[in-house]
Amino acid sequence: MKIIYILWLRQLKRYSRSRARIVGSIGQPLLFLVALGFGLGPVFENAGEGNYLQFLSPGIIAMSILFTAVFSGIEIIWDRQFGFLKETLVAPVSRLEIMIGRTLGGATVAFFQGLIVFVIAIPLGFHPNFFMLPLGLLFMLLIALFFTALGTAIASVLKDMQGFQLIMNFIIMPTFFLSGALFPINSLPSMFKIVLAVNPLAYGIDGLRGTLASGAHYGIGLDFLVLGTVTALLLVIGSYLFSKIQI
Amino acid sequence: MIKVKDLIKKFNGFTAVDKISFDVNKGEIFAFLGPNGAGKTTTIKMLTTLLSPTSGQISLNGYDVLTQPDKVRRSFGIVFQDQSLDEELTALENMDFHGVLYSVPKEIRKERIEELLNIVELWDRRREYVKNFSGGMKRRLEIARGLLHHPKVLFLDEPTLGLDPQTRKHIWSYIVNLNKKEGITIFFTTHYIEEAGKIAERIAIINQGKIVIQGSPEELMKETGTTLLEDAFIKLTGHNIRNEQASSADHMRMMRRVHKH
Repeated sequence: MKIIYILWLRQLKRYSRSRARIVGSIGQPLLFLVALGFGLGPVFENAGEGNYLQFLSPGIIAMSILFTAVFSGIEIIWDRQFGFLKETLVAPVSRLEIMIGRTLGGATVAFFQGLIVFVIAIPLGFHPNFFMLPLGLLFMLLIALFFTALGTAIASVLKDMQGFQLIMNFIIMPTFFLSGALFPINSLPSMFKIVLAVNPLAYGIDGLRGTLASGAHYGIGLDFLVLGTVTALLLVIGSYLFSKIQI
Repeated sequence: MIKVKDLIKKFNGFTAVDKISFDVNKGEIFAFLGPNGAGKTTTIKMLTTLLSPTSGQISLNGYDVLTQPDKVRRSFGIVFQDQSLDEELTALENMDFHGVLYSVPKEIRKERIEELLNIVELWDRRREYVKNFSGGMKRRLEIARGLLHHPKVLFLDEPTLGLDPQTRKHIWSYIVNLNKKEGITIFFTTHYIEEAGKIAERIAIINQGKIVIQGSPEELMKETGTTLLEDAFIKLTGHNIRNEQASSADHMRMMRRVHKH
């Protein structure tokens, strides 16, 4: 337990000391909220879909969690290149403990990032349903856990940062843009709906929207079930791949 | 303290370590030398449980590396060839992190960290971030960290690489003092052959995966008919730059010199 705690604490210390990283990762969600929220807001409203910022905010909260979480997981590549990973791998601790500690640390950081965007969205015009906040936070945590585990799994098979751009362009960006973060699901062509239905982030955002904002498309229960199951599955896959790392 | 028998490591058909055997005695300073790509780091990785051998046996502090990796891990400390500190943490945090990983109780951890940071003259800088440290300071901190859990063996993979002569001299003197004071067995690699000759009690030279000779520095020079250890080293490992194919003459010479120890 102590090992998990110290690894978790390390991630948090690194995050809290990197002001550039905190400020930098707030910039992009803020830009999305302002540019898209205010830019497309009138069109969205004229189309009879309601307040766009109210609709968009859960998507952008999820986006900031997604990017931070994947990045936290991918940090293993850095640790491998700069040697710190070796220090943990030669220690008399199990790789499962290392993986759990790191994943929880990365997920906590991503969760905080989501919380910051949540707070920023309120003065911009987001009116969250505070009664459902605990459930909303649970969805944020699940999204964070899922994508940190994904980052860890990816980092366990990548040897260096050169593959990172590939992962961003072919996995992470499509995951975000095809998740329903920016547009409503119900009026999409059916092909599109199928793509969304196999995207775990779509359930995370739907769950966030269902708890904090304007109602869920799939239903909060289904969102929780799907996201919970795939997160558990990915944690197992991530742990397995991490246990196979050779330095 | 370390027993290696018929150790082999192959990577996709390439034999990086080719049936090597050697023993390191308790309390000994043992240098493991060889040109670039000779198999030094691969051997250290196998000795320290980071890499599994293709075949062969390794025991460290009486424990089998393959079947008792956790006991082996508690028995050694290591300073890697590349830096392995967390630069975003302070010196104290890096030490404490290591202590927790090795389950050193809090009170003992505190005392031991102070003792070791004083030995490597970093106690006054303990609250500074490691990213602000010079190369020599980082190395000293890594050595202190490697000793925190009272290991029986300390592995040092090129501990003085890229450091100026003054710092190198300091680091070697820390190593010798630690060996004397704490009775730790030291296993190190370096390219500074003459420096190795000054502190090592025994030396093994590995070339293209095979140990070509082992013995005291004097024995090595005597056997090769040289007066400088570096000349002995070159005589044994050839003049070729190491990412080139060795000539057949080199091969034959090596075959003759594979030691019987």
